[in-house]
Amino acid sequence: MADAAANRDFPRAYTKAGSLHSERLWALRVSYVSLAIASLIFLAPPFYMLITSLKTNTEMADQTLSPWLVRDPTLEHYAAILGNPIFLTFFRNSIVVTLLVVAITMVISVLAAFALSRMRFWGSQALATGVFLTYLVPDTLLFIPLYQIVGGLGLLNSIWGLVLVYPTLTVPFCTWIMIGYFASIPKELDEAALIDGATWPQMLIKIFIPVALPGIIAATIFAFTVSWAAFVYPTAFITRPDQMPLTIGIVSQLVRGDTFAWGQIMSGALIAALPPVIVYVFLMDYYIAGLTAGATKG
Amino acid sequence: MAQVSLRRIVKEYEGQVQAVKGIDLDIEDEEFVVLVGPSGCGKSTTLRMIAGLEEITSGEIAIGGEVVNDIPPRDRDIAMVFQNYALYPHMSVYDNISFGLKLRKFSREEIKRRVDNAARILGIGELLERKPKALSGGQRQRVAMGRAIVRDPKVFLFDEPLSNLDAKLRVQMRTEIKQVHQTVRTTTVYVTHDQVEAMTLADRVVVMNHGIIEQVGPPNELYRNPATIFVAGFIGSPAMNMIPATLTQAAGALSVQLGDGLSVPVPEERTARYAPHANKDLLFGIRPEHLTEATRIDKQNLAPLTVKLDVIEPMGMETLVHFHINGTSVCGRVDPAAGAVAGTMMPLAAHMEHMHLIDKTSGKVL
Repeated sequence: MADAAANRDFPRAYTKAGSLHSERLWALRVSYVSLAIASLIFLAPPFYMLITSLKTNTEMADQTLSPWLVRDPTLEHYAAILGNPIFLTFFRNSIVVTLLVVAITMVISVLAAFALSRMRFWGSQALATGVFLTYLVPDTLLFIPLYQIVGGLGLLNSIWGLVLVYPTLTVPFCTWIMIGYFASIPKELDEAALIDGATWPQMLIKIFIPVALPGIIAATIFAFTVSWAAFVYPTAFITRPDQMPLTIGIVSQLVRGDTFAWGQIMSGALIAALPPVIVYVFLMDYYIAGLTAGATKG
Repeated sequence: MAQVSLRRIVKEYEGQVQAVKGIDLDIEDEEFVVLVGPSGCGKSTTLRMIAGLEEITSGEIAIGGEVVNDIPPRDRDIAMVFQNYALYPHMSVYDNISFGLKLRKFSREEIKRRVDNAARILGIGELLERKPKALSGGQRQRVAMGRAIVRDPKVFLFDEPLSNLDAKLRVQMRTEIKQVHQTVRTTTVYVTHDQVEAMTLADRVVVMNHGIIEQVGPPNELYRNPATIFVAGFIGSPAMNMIPATLTQAAGALSVQLGDGLSVPVPEERTARYAPHANKDLLFGIRPEHLTEATRIDKQNLAPLTVKLDVIEPMGMETLVHFHINGTSVCGRVDPAAGAVAGTMMPLAAHMEHMHLIDKTSGKVL
């Protein structure tokens, strides 16, 4: 009797549970280390910018000091750049262009994705693939022909030229994201809406847009980021300072010949990076919230 | 309230696969009709054509006397309940139910009155503020029905509405659907692959197979007098036994030869009907409940049949006995007190007034 109890394999069962626990622990450790390294790599440049933007010009020039530490923090560069009317013009240009591009992109891509994913028509599959392929052509290839087009329209040296060409970057990708989102909405939902008496536009506005909100927000964030950070097109199409967005304004106007106004460049770049951060913080919650739960069984 | 009529309805996909092969069906006002059949028999396609969600390749569908072939779903005045409920996930239950009324520009008071009425019928009054994700499967199904009821449409269409529910809830919701129909009396077309659902709910059952209608009739009529081998095998659980047999005639009386030396006499009143089929290869059809213990005191037409039992399945109210006749597995239903024991011989009785003979080649019940 006692032998039988001793021979039962309880201990092995415990070891098994223990090993599962330690495996999990190891996985966690590896994840934390990887994440820490990734954070370091990604946060080092902005940190360097922040430190530099807080240094006086003398401290920056002093080669004996560590570039990662600041001795006498100063906000003089921030004061200088915010007091510079041309910087505020860049800022305004970036905001106007980005808002318009996001609006245009979302209207076009939501309508296009709805049509491509839900209204079966001849060639809709080929069109959907085509839309995505367009996105694969890099803007460094496109800016030369686009220069001709924008020039032909008389929109060189104007933010309106940018409003016209940025959607060529944003619409394909956003449409593609939205096609994926709309495709994940159960077919029965539109059929129920059709039977309930909805027209196609009503179905889009009252059912698809609210249900696909996480996707729409993801696409909006993408369009915002692309438009805000665009560099190649404004470099090619804009030479007049009063029409420049932040990205090229900072580097072109704060570098005079060989003289780099590092303090202002760094503080300007940091201020320029702020809006995307704010947008991310506000929209992330919506982005993550899964709204489709409960639509159908599941 | 309206009749629905289908005239030579055909549905072809991509010009090759015929899902529905020219069916005719008339559904009366206030009738509850169930389309039943195995997967791919065309029942759902038929329902979706009535709804206007699928185009008709040829034929004519009329709702309330009006041909609706070219009328979009929203103008057909129908309501549909889907298998996966298809509730709008971002709307509350109230908004889900009232969505169709709002689109049709009903007044706020009328919408409230109708939603409250539907909620009362379905017992979901306290759920109106919730979102679908906060509801259980049964509650979601009720909301989906509420969405159909408030519209007060000419026809209700149900597409396998209970398939996603667990067994217990399915039985409960089945009763509720029947109650709702008895309350609102709206013409209903209901699709299911579950023959029990079909039998319990329907005024008339339409059995479909391979895109055609095998038989239409009240549940008991289909059960008692199936027209084809498919209906005979599909309706009823456990299924009807079908034993290869030949019909022989001796001294003016017919008897069915089952092989293994077993034979059962054909009732006198059927002799004329079956006589032309003597000596043909047929199937002898008999339901398990008509193969009972021999000791049962019953009326005439009991044919004795002694068999060796293979398996016994006690069900409580009855016991299922399984045995073989000439290599075919056969099931009978005996009284739990009849003393059936696996592996032993048991005298059974075939209730011959309930027998069927099926022509193997045509598949028709004779």
